Amino acid sequence: MTLRKISKEQPEKFEFNQENFEEAKKIIKKYPEGKQQSAVMSLLYLAQNQNDNWIPLSAMKYIGKFLGMPYIKVYEVATFYTMYNLTPVGKNFIQVCTTTPCMIRGAYKIVDACKEKISKNENELSEDKTCSWMEVECLGACINAPMMQINDDYYEDLDKEKALKILDQIISGKKPKPGSYRGRLNSEPENNRKTLMDIKNA
Amino acid sequence: MLKDEDRIFKNLYNDNGADFNSAKKRGDWSNTKEIFSKGKEWIINEIKLSELRGRGGAGFPTGLKWSFAPKEIGSRPHYLVINADESEPGTCKDRDLLRFEPHKLIEGCLIASYAVNAHVCYIYIRGEYYNEGQKLQQAINEAYENKVIGKNASGTGWDFDIHIHYGAGAYICGEETALLESLEGKKGQPRLKPPFPALIGLYGCPTIINNVETIAVVPTILRRGGQWFAKLGKPKNTGTKIFCISGNVNNPCNVEEEMGIPLKDLIETHAGGVIGGWDNLQAVIPGGSSMPLLPKEICDTIKMDFDSLVEEKSGLGTAGIVVINKDQDIIKCMARIARFYKHESCGQCTPCREGSGWMWRMLERMAKGEASKDEVDMLMDVTKQIEGHTICAFGEGSSWPVQGLLRHFKNEIKKRNNFNPIIKENKNIPYLVDQHLLDKNA
Repeated sequence: MTLRKISKEQPEKFEFNQENFEEAKKIIKKYPEGKQQSAVMSLLYLAQNQNDNWIPLSAMKYIGKFLGMPYIKVYEVATFYTMYNLTPVGKNFIQVCTTTPCMIRGAYKIVDACKEKISKNENELSEDKTCSWMEVECLGACINAPMMQINDDYYEDLDKEKALKILDQIISGKKPKPGSYRGRLNSEPENNRKTLMDIKNA
Repeated sequence: MLKDEDRIFKNLYNDNGADFNSAKKRGDWSNTKEIFSKGKEWIINEIKLSELRGRGGAGFPTGLKWSFAPKEIGSRPHYLVINADESEPGTCKDRDLLRFEPHKLIEGCLIASYAVNAHVCYIYIRGEYYNEGQKLQQAINEAYENKVIGKNASGTGWDFDIHIHYGAGAYICGEETALLESLEGKKGQPRLKPPFPALIGLYGCPTIINNVETIAVVPTILRRGGQWFAKLGKPKNTGTKIFCISGNVNNPCNVEEEMGIPLKDLIETHAGGVIGGWDNLQAVIPGGSSMPLLPKEICDTIKMDFDSLVEEKSGLGTAGIVVINKDQDIIKCMARIARFYKHESCGQCTPCREGSGWMWRMLERMAKGEASKDEVDMLMDVTKQIEGHTICAFGEGSSWPVQGLLRHFKNEIKKRNNFNPIIKENKNIPYLVDQHLLDKNA
């Protein structure tokens, strides 16, 4: 299990903006009548996006009222799942996968790159307060290891230099291109492809 | 090597686009109505004939699972749930299917929902795959526009809706009942079985849960016939499978191959061989991190299918092959996997919650050579206390890799950790359990 801590500093009030309010109504419609509790995970994501990438307690209370479910149940969900940030993180949130398949291909060198460029410890804001990084468990791109996720995008087939370059661009406010950084096509075996060649060459 | 014409996923590497028209050119949605006209019984029988086994890890026969759904819709609606919460370390096949073959999945959903009497399907995608989910949503929108799903889907008279539900980074939600809990808006903690989801599942209604790959192969099987699929591979282990080959190989890749292909062929042909040559191979995890590893001697001859791997006390699992060569410290690799399980345990059952952390701490010490020799047997004991004493299969999943390590690399651990538990000198081991054994005066 993981230890999840809530932030000491909490904003007083939280409310969905108009756009998210409409979106939330739409999400609830996906589920059968009376089962609107199912929407809690999606609504927490909306709250997280609206509130600079983290969820305050006031948002949980708000969502509880919104869905007609007890606050404690929303709290349970928000603290159970690791993708809900309960403390402020950077606007650019970098997650480095270090589970075994990535580890044996050098994921800890990417961690070093993050330590150099962003902050010494994980979950710590960088000096300009825009970035933070953390080690995470398997992100499901094992054949493109080592890799990292920056916000929603996967950066794959990295090594330390490539990671440093990407982080430099992120820090300077640009958005580097996601995908493989060895120039390979998705998950094909580079320079060694033996299957579906007709389709590739067509 | 499997012939290209027998490959189901022709767009695995996205050579020619995942949109509706490209998918149609590959044969998707070509005669859905005709398949429907043959009836539910025929569909389920054909899947039974193909001997398709679930691709999510457990390998349960799919046709049999479908036949558990009540034949008529009673007072409660039926649901189809697709498990796309792929989080097993070493596995990344579903990601490519969601990105590049979404229409195979959607068509499979439509056919499967017809077979099990469901009008609504939820696809549970792990939260990290946000972009992949968006691509799937795009494909679903296209399918609605082309009227192949929705009201009177594909002109069959069957109403069918698909919704995507994002997870939020919990590995345990890949367990089917935890997935249902999560879908209902609760913490993802597995339920006791029975009752099985086929009778009491999502919102207490009959629910069939299948993996992405299982559902995505269904339309092709029905088009080409169960016989065709059953001819590939070996009896009881039929068809093709996407293998994800990662770790210390020259060309890590996803590749679709016949079941029962020798592991060595798979690695040498498709993944460009082990880094440093085959003799540099130390061990292979054959089916995602939950499956016990195999040392080189077994890897030389092992065939990749459910039954052959069970004979070697391992399993095919999700077919996520992690190759570990001799440059790696095998104990450290397993300690990292143990840390994964410690992190992902849902905390519901005590043996798993406490045991997974215990195994991790012990293995970390063993990797550093700080464990006593008695602890090697104690570690085995801990794994046995977890296995079979938990609500879901996570207990097995977390203890099997450790058991595999002890089975094949016990000598390696013993060589590194051979000191006597009664410590004469005051070694600085802050988390040593037996503090009272420290000789204070030494």
